[in-house]
Amino acid sequence: MEKFRKLTSHVVPLAEKDVDTDQIIPARFLTVIDKLGLGEHLFEDWRNLADGSPNPEFVLNRPEVQGAQILLAGSNFGCGSSREHAPWALMDWGVRAVISTSFADIFRNNSLKNGLLPVIVEAEAHKELFGIVAQDPQAEVTIDLVSQTVSFGNGHAVNFPMDPFAKLSLLEGVDQLGYLLSMEGKIAAYEASHDGS
Amino acid sequence: MTDSNPSPRTMLSKIWSDHVVAQEPESPAVLYIDLHLIHEVTSPQAFAGLREAGRQVRRPDKTFATMDHSTPTLALDLNLVNKMAAAQVRQLAKNCKEFGVTLYDLQSDRRGIVHVIGAELGLTQPGMLIVCGDSHTSTHGAFGALAFGIGTSEVEHVLATQCLLQTKQNSFEVRVEGKMDPGVTAKDIILAVMAKIGVDGGNGHVIEYTGPAIRALDMEQRMTICNMTIEAGARAGMIAPDDTTFEYLAGREYAPSGKAWDAAIDHWRQVATDEGASFDRRVTLDAGELEPMITYGTNPSMGMPLGDRIPTLDQFSDVDQRQSVEKALKYMDLEPGQSLLGHEIDVVFIGSCTNSRITDLRLAAGILDGRKVAEGLRMLVVPGSQSVKRQAEAEGLHEIFLKAGAEWREAGCSMCLAMNGDELEAGQYGVSTSNRNYEGRQGKGGRTFLASPLTAAASAVRGAITDPRTLL
Repeated sequence: MEKFRKLTSHVVPLAEKDVDTDQIIPARFLTVIDKLGLGEHLFEDWRNLADGSPNPEFVLNRPEVQGAQILLAGSNFGCGSSREHAPWALMDWGVRAVISTSFADIFRNNSLKNGLLPVIVEAEAHKELFGIVAQDPQAEVTIDLVSQTVSFGNGHAVNFPMDPFAKLSLLEGVDQLGYLLSMEGKIAAYEASHDGS
Repeated sequence: MTDSNPSPRTMLSKIWSDHVVAQEPESPAVLYIDLHLIHEVTSPQAFAGLREAGRQVRRPDKTFATMDHSTPTLALDLNLVNKMAAAQVRQLAKNCKEFGVTLYDLQSDRRGIVHVIGAELGLTQPGMLIVCGDSHTSTHGAFGALAFGIGTSEVEHVLATQCLLQTKQNSFEVRVEGKMDPGVTAKDIILAVMAKIGVDGGNGHVIEYTGPAIRALDMEQRMTICNMTIEAGARAGMIAPDDTTFEYLAGREYAPSGKAWDAAIDHWRQVATDEGASFDRRVTLDAGELEPMITYGTNPSMGMPLGDRIPTLDQFSDVDQRQSVEKALKYMDLEPGQSLLGHEIDVVFIGSCTNSRITDLRLAAGILDGRKVAEGLRMLVVPGSQSVKRQAEAEGLHEIFLKAGAEWREAGCSMCLAMNGDELEAGQYGVSTSNRNYEGRQGKGGRTFLASPLTAAASAVRGAITDPRTLL
């Protein structure tokens, strides 16, 4: 997993609420057996018109968002299917953090396992961020995981919640599987007391 | 027991604490997994991770695989799906062989949708903790198990350690009072729950369904309800086990038998939520007030009673919600305030882990018996498993479907998520018994109305959205 400490970037604004993982990466692209190249199909059906040409209206096709590493999303982002291809596709496109007022539980879990940071902010800050980006598409936002703050505009900063275990994994860039493997003794003891019962 | 008056606990709390292997401060719990179900789409990268690290599957005896998402339904021939889908199916077979995991492959008589076969093989049992790399794992909660979907990284964690890191969710009781009228099904209950609590109404929670209307449901209808719990954002839905549960399980391949069966029943009876246990949140519905439901939008909470009109935008006080419905109606090419009764449709799909079991097929066949599918309409009936297919054929249901002009297919997920070539064409309207009406879910540009098997079958007969009570 890639480490995450601090990130400064301009932002991709996507205001829709309840964006489901079928939109993030449609099912027909899930036949892969690796994690590579999914960014090409990120939001495929919103990015392209019926004839296959890029939809100039869709935010990912706008020149000013190219190179952005932060997605500013509507509430309940990532609902629906458990496909981890959703965070893989976002990361492959270049996104390292998503800011929203809420996330679907499975998407949030999957993101944390891949070094994609889900940042939850209050509605007021969320609205302010959309306002700033609408005014200046190149406006930079800084996400600092150590201090758990998002800073934007004239030094304005807000805190975001993060569970300490996930935070440590992200800061160190370690896969949580290592922690589970270190529990071998306890797992074996659990099995000994439960198997065949 | 030393404690004569223990504080009452929820089923969630009991199953959770029975599975805690370790709980360190400032860390999630390490939970032990009793049953890990696997399918072709969300497992290849997990097996690849094991292989790279030289690890084994810790408990192949608790791990079961099947192929369902991208398998063909016209015939059991991988040449019928695209090369990548076929390669993914073959990769699952390779992985299961290499790691010693039981696989119900394309030719197996036990194969089917992972959430259909888990129950019918008796793998799913009360009190268990069950996971699968699939959000509809919530289905298994119908047996009084804690069951939820996980991502591929977590699939690898479970393969390697049989454990998962989890933070406990809040408890949410959805109580359904009363009795359903004829023509109303479990699907209508869950669509009504969705409409009431919203597409994110269950986030951070596990929902337990209680009340007389739930107790009266058979196991297949209970599975329909738990299945769609994820559509409100709750990762798991649960229903306390009772005699209906035990009768369903008795004699199934992996269910305990003999003395072990009696011991299991004693244990399973302890699983239910104690009288007086408190929930973090509660909602009540009256089944007697429910009517057949239909969705009009692009998430499963955008639903209404069949006879209602689509809400007008001024009915939504929340600006974001209003914009969301406006966008959905534009995609669906529908108008606010419009009635959906009589709205012409192109396709009817009976299938998916929500509604593809034998009782679902019987409901649909009951409507179609002696009738014809409307001219020009395409109807697919896709049984949830090969076992459901055999049972339906033994009962002659397939002949009713075929005579009516519907297609009778091999088991699989099929048009629920359109990975295998079964799909809506752009612009087509479909009435579907599946679980998701997201934009393009059933085929790029396709438009989905979610409904019960009764409503779907009645709509197939008329070629337009129809109240099934007019054909009962």
